[in-house]
Amino acid sequence: MAIRSLLIANRGEIAVRIIRAARELGIRTVQVHSSADAESLAVQLADEAVEIGPPQAAKSYLNIPALIDAAKRSGVDAVHPGYGFLAENADFAEAVETAGIRFVGPTAKTIRLMGDKVAARKAAAEAGVPTVPGSAGRIEGMEEARAVIEQTGFPVLIKAAAGGGGRGIRIAHDMAELEHLVPQASAEAQAAFGDGGLYIERAIQDARHVEVQILGDGQRVVHCYERECSLQRRRQKVWEEAPAVELDLSHREALCRAAVALAEAVNYRGAGTLEFLYEEASGGFYFIEMNTRIQVEHPVTECITGIDLIGEMLRIAGGESLRLQQEDIRQEGHAIEVRINAEDPANGFMPFPGVVGELRVPGGPGVRFDSLLYPGYAIPPFYDSLLGKLIVWGENREHALARLKGALAELTVDGVKTTAPLFTALADDPEVAAARFHTRWLERWLETNASRLAP
Amino acid sequence: MANQEIRSPLPGTFYRRPAPDQPPYKEVGDSLAKGDTIGLVEVMKSFHEVKSEVEGKVVKFLVENEDPVQAGQPLAEVEG
Repeated sequence: MAIRSLLIANRGEIAVRIIRAARELGIRTVQVHSSADAESLAVQLADEAVEIGPPQAAKSYLNIPALIDAAKRSGVDAVHPGYGFLAENADFAEAVETAGIRFVGPTAKTIRLMGDKVAARKAAAEAGVPTVPGSAGRIEGMEEARAVIEQTGFPVLIKAAAGGGGRGIRIAHDMAELEHLVPQASAEAQAAFGDGGLYIERAIQDARHVEVQILGDGQRVVHCYERECSLQRRRQKVWEEAPAVELDLSHREALCRAAVALAEAVNYRGAGTLEFLYEEASGGFYFIEMNTRIQVEHPVTECITGIDLIGEMLRIAGGESLRLQQEDIRQEGHAIEVRINAEDPANGFMPFPGVVGELRVPGGPGVRFDSLLYPGYAIPPFYDSLLGKLIVWGENREHALARLKGALAELTVDGVKTTAPLFTALADDPEVAAARFHTRWLERWLETNASRLAP
Repeated sequence: MANQEIRSPLPGTFYRRPAPDQPPYKEVGDSLAKGDTIGLVEVMKSFHEVKSEVEGKVVKFLVENEDPVQAGQPLAEVEG
């Protein structure tokens, strides 16, 4: 049965985005919030709001009993987890379903499978999807690490088996470094995730981050093409595009086919993203992980395909079969998203919470601004620094870049420092204009271009 | 001499320990040198050390571990 009322178990710009999608489908929205978010835009726009705890995320947005209680009290029949917080927490998905409420996402079993990187790699290999050469399963210590190195060679990445979001990853260039880092990584993983298991894989040279958006209804899966997300700082994406212009047609088709094969193999339900590393020199692509939720950068896919991904998630969670056949999904033009964070790029990206003064939002054809901002809003310091996302669409990449420059020039957020000057500088960079970058490119660029980042 | 206060340089969440499983940076009664770390403030998911600009002895903490704090809010009292 279609969803009639929805609890949004998140905050910020994605909560606003979910409210908009739900509203179009005639769904009543209930926005949870911490005491620090009572004045948030999402709370203002939702039909109802429920306070679930104090500012600290651990006591509010990560508090499963408080969220389940809010869902029951407000009588919703579904919960959308957004991204971050509990979006990939299998226990939360299970608790929601156990309460007789629909979870807008995959089953707890799928979240658990894909959340364990070792199990996810195994599933990928079984579906015929290439993975980065590395340990076949989790390793516990140096003996096993040495055996893996004989297969992969250096440099290698050391990752926590239970980790995610690019955190806690170390790189070892030789045996001495490996011997130093393995015990350290294991201890840290034990402390952070309660699981000291690691895995090791070859570091891909000048890798591009390319990911495929999929939608599934538990039986059938379609893809909505790929995104290129190589521009990253500290392994966090800052600029995303669709399509990935470095891929030729045969590579693009192979990549998207692989993503669908893996998602179908796990009977995927909802929106998901399969992340790959693409080694341009060899043309090889390797599955790294699956995110079992909506992504921050989903709007670039929406812009080139015309599909409302959150709307489709809500329909699927309401029990509908996928409305889309693969041949119905076409892409047109090029889209770019930049993440407007409350950080000062001229001062080492220092977080900069504050009160929003004058706000001028860019507009015009092909310009979209998904944000949590309004004039006078006091940005709380307790959550991540994402204020909004500026997304532009153009007939081709050059056109999209021109629109991006214009839109950035229009954007004014008084009262706080933002990452907008970074994107203004990047949009003018000849390497960016030629789409010649990889996942380590931006950090090197930042070392030599700091002077260009003054607002 | 009047007691001095150490104030938070940033808004966010105050922590007295470098990590949940480690002892606090400073206890009441500990002596404090200029530049000593007394805690962390987490602002927008990044952690910043709060360093003392005074020396003396920690008399008391004015906020609890994991309390939300404002920029400029007194965190601890120091006897000079």
